[in-house]
Amino acid sequence: MSEKGWKDLAAGGKITEPGNAAQYKTGDWRTFIPDVDREKCINCLFCYLYCPDMAIEVKEDSTLGEIKLDYCKGCGICSSVCPVKCIEMKKEEK
Amino acid sequence: MNNKLIIKPLTGAAAVSEAMRQIDPDVVAAYPITPQTDIVMKFSQFVNDGKVTTEFVPVESEHSAMSACVGASAAGARAMTATASAGLALMWEILYIAASNRLPIVMPVVNRALSAPINIHCDHSDTMGARDSGWIQIYCESAQEAYDNVIAAMRIAEHEKIMLPVMVCQDGFITSHAMERVDILEDDKVKQFVGELNLPFPLLDTDNPVTYGPLDLFDYYFEHKRQQSEAISHVFEVTDKIYNEFEKISGRKYNRVETYEMEDAETAIVALNSTIGTAKDVVDTLRQKGEKVGLLFPRMFRPFPAEEIAEILARLSAVAVLDRSETFSGTGGPMLADIKSALYEKENKPVILNYIYGLGGREINPAHIEQVFSDLKEVQKGNEVEKLTYLGVRE
Amino acid sequence: MKLNIKDLPKIPERLGPGHRLCSGCGAPIVAKMVLMGTKDPVVVTNATGCLEVATTIFPYTAWKTPFIHSAFENSASTAAGVEAAYQSLKRKGKVKEEVKILAIGGDGGTYDIGLQALSGALERGHDFVYLCYDNGAYMNTGIQRSGATPRGSSTTTSPAGEAVPGKQQFPKDLTAICAAHKVPYVAQGAISNWKDLITKASKAFAVKGPAVLNVLSPCPPGWKHADDLAVEISEIAVNSKIWPLYEIENGQWKITYRPRENKIRPVEDWIKMQGRFRHLSRKENHHIIDEIQQWADENWDRLEKMEKATSNQGDSEEKQK
Ligand SMILES: Cc1ncc(C[n+]2csc(CCOP(=O)(O)OP(=O)(O)O)c2C)c(N)n1
Ligand code: SF4
Ligand code: SF4
Ligand code: SF4
Ligand SMILES: [Mg+2]
Repeated sequence: MSEKGWKDLAAGGKITEPGNAAQYKTGDWRTFIPDVDREKCINCLFCYLYCPDMAIEVKEDSTLGEIKLDYCKGCGICSSVCPVKCIEMKKEEK
Repeated sequence: MNNKLIIKPLTGAAAVSEAMRQIDPDVVAAYPITPQTDIVMKFSQFVNDGKVTTEFVPVESEHSAMSACVGASAAGARAMTATASAGLALMWEILYIAASNRLPIVMPVVNRALSAPINIHCDHSDTMGARDSGWIQIYCESAQEAYDNVIAAMRIAEHEKIMLPVMVCQDGFITSHAMERVDILEDDKVKQFVGELNLPFPLLDTDNPVTYGPLDLFDYYFEHKRQQSEAISHVFEVTDKIYNEFEKISGRKYNRVETYEMEDAETAIVALNSTIGTAKDVVDTLRQKGEKVGLLFPRMFRPFPAEEIAEILARLSAVAVLDRSETFSGTGGPMLADIKSALYEKENKPVILNYIYGLGGREINPAHIEQVFSDLKEVQKGNEVEKLTYLGVRE
Repeated sequence: MKLNIKDLPKIPERLGPGHRLCSGCGAPIVAKMVLMGTKDPVVVTNATGCLEVATTIFPYTAWKTPFIHSAFENSASTAAGVEAAYQSLKRKGKVKEEVKILAIGGDGGTYDIGLQALSGALERGHDFVYLCYDNGAYMNTGIQRSGATPRGSSTTTSPAGEAVPGKQQFPKDLTAICAAHKVPYVAQGAISNWKDLITKASKAFAVKGPAVLNVLSPCPPGWKHADDLAVEISEIAVNSKIWPLYEIENGQWKITYRPRENKIRPVEDWIKMQGRFRHLSRKENHHIIDEIQQWADENWDRLEKMEKATSNQGDSEEKQK
């Protein structure tokens, strides 16, 4: 985002675009990357529920969706809560 | 003008609560403190008698009073509170937040000294301390002025070019507790005058979620402060317009800078609030004796109408600035600094004397004002006079 | 009400990605779970602290719901103002829908500097939910002690030193303080027990009047544990009874989760997971672990007593005797 001058900003520091932090990618904080073995996944959705970065999507049919690597910080919580241990945290090649 | 005259005997505090009743704000959050108590008590009675539709929040502190006003105003409500002295001091942090978030809260303040030692009487150290908080400050000589200006302030605060909070100040006890004949407008007129409120980006518009009060670092904070300065730069034009409209419904004309007998004055006193009333009588007496004396009252103190004041004062030979508070800067009272800097660009400058007076409610009587005018006369004659005087203190 | 995890993604996401809380921070998990407690629109007020700072760095906001931060100590009074505005505008027909109000504060903003504003708002009976995410220190300013910091914990203002081994005091009992206000609903929760927590949040949003949720919020840099441990460490806190799960609903105390015998862990297990307690493993400091254990046991006993004393069933049992 190019930095706006004072005339172009909403008065008083308000942010009028809800959730626009999505434009800020925290994925590059990551050292480890979650690698999901979809074969083993039982779609319990614990990883979605516990991801602190709202980086795990759930599909319309309530099964596990994509991991949004734009936001995943690589904390490994998803891996630690997975009951069938199908998420492996791997060192990310950059 | 088809104004029905309603004259009521009211104290300054009662007059302000009457204005609040007529404004009928959506939310009032307030906490009692002498000498403001009469405002909250009377307003609470209006609430419990069903005379207003206001949601009244009897908070547990002034810090919470201002915080609740911030929440209510950001949510889209017309919000008011009232305070004095320590109450204003306790609100301190949130005063800045209200102004910086551009929330048009109106707050009658009953001026009272700050502790220590604790003192319940009038001086201006409370609101003078808050003069750089980003609030607009309007000062009032009488109950009538307080009543009128609380109503006008609502419109100034909520004007789209302004969107800033306003304090409307009156002197503790001297004005707040003295009975006066106050000309009250009809309820409908006030209702029409203040109009329906439509704040931009209310929190309660949940279909359009807005974030208020983000972390704003070196990359944007300055821009937001610049916006605030811009809003302040429109206050005079907007105030003039609203005072004109107010005159149409009330027959009473207010000015950002009030003058008394200034047309041909050679010396003048600059003061705020009730002292102006005391000084008017002295000016009348001196005028009868042929002395060309006058008064200047910066009704609007923030923003400071510097140019206009300089224009008027530059013609004089000597001016006395009466400050009802001390800055402890070692250079005199707070108003002195503003008056002096207003005159800096002028080629002809009057000699300026500063008087710190009335602290903690110490009486200021006509004899004191006469002394000030006589000091000014000495200056005119070319005699040396003390530049800074503590008027009315025992040596 | 039956909670099904499959229904949760259908609840609107109020806190989105792109926030800058640390990797593995418990606070956004707490916030998202609590917000899963209602489908109604929610206005959030948030005290200064990690959650607020890291989710709203201008020009970005991670919030997709109306949000206001005012100051550190006034989340509850800001919410009181929002609630007053809501009541007023609703009465006048200017707001039509049902709106919930959630005030959030960290332990510093709740146990300490914001306690007065919270107490006032609870006493006045505003219809709102207050959430304290308790990470046991002022994390945002660099891990200083708070009234919630556990005894023995090393923080930057209660450091483990040569003479003083970390924080000397036990934490104050915020949950009980809130319950003493006799508000309709107060509960303590943890993210490890997600059904318990989201159910409590639903109850809190559903009641008329004030409700308080006090939720344990692990903090990897503050507690000094690995980034992936927020859930496990919460679970052990619960199972060691240092952070019991209970609620006070209309004056009735109820332990909502009793760890089975084989699940109960000594508090030492919880303490050993965290670097902030590292100095307690020194022999001369062992007594502190014992004291913490005793404190936790006594706390649990008191909860059991409160549950008995306030349960209607308990009353009738008494009478039968
Ligand atoms: C009046 C005031 N005092 C101090 C601060 C500095 N301050 C900001 S956040 C904070 C600590 C927040 O701690 P807590 O509420 O526990 O939230 P956390 O950061 O741990 O999530 C402090 C001390 C402040 N912003 N305002
Ligand atoms: S590693 Fe952490 S941030 Fe990444 S998807 Fe898993 S839980 Fe989310
Ligand atoms: S936690 Fe594991 S099993 Fe459950 S949905 Fe995620 S990847 Fe699949
Ligand atoms: S310091 Fe702790 S509470 Fe703050 S963002 Fe990091 S993990 Fe979260
Ligand atoms: Mg904290």
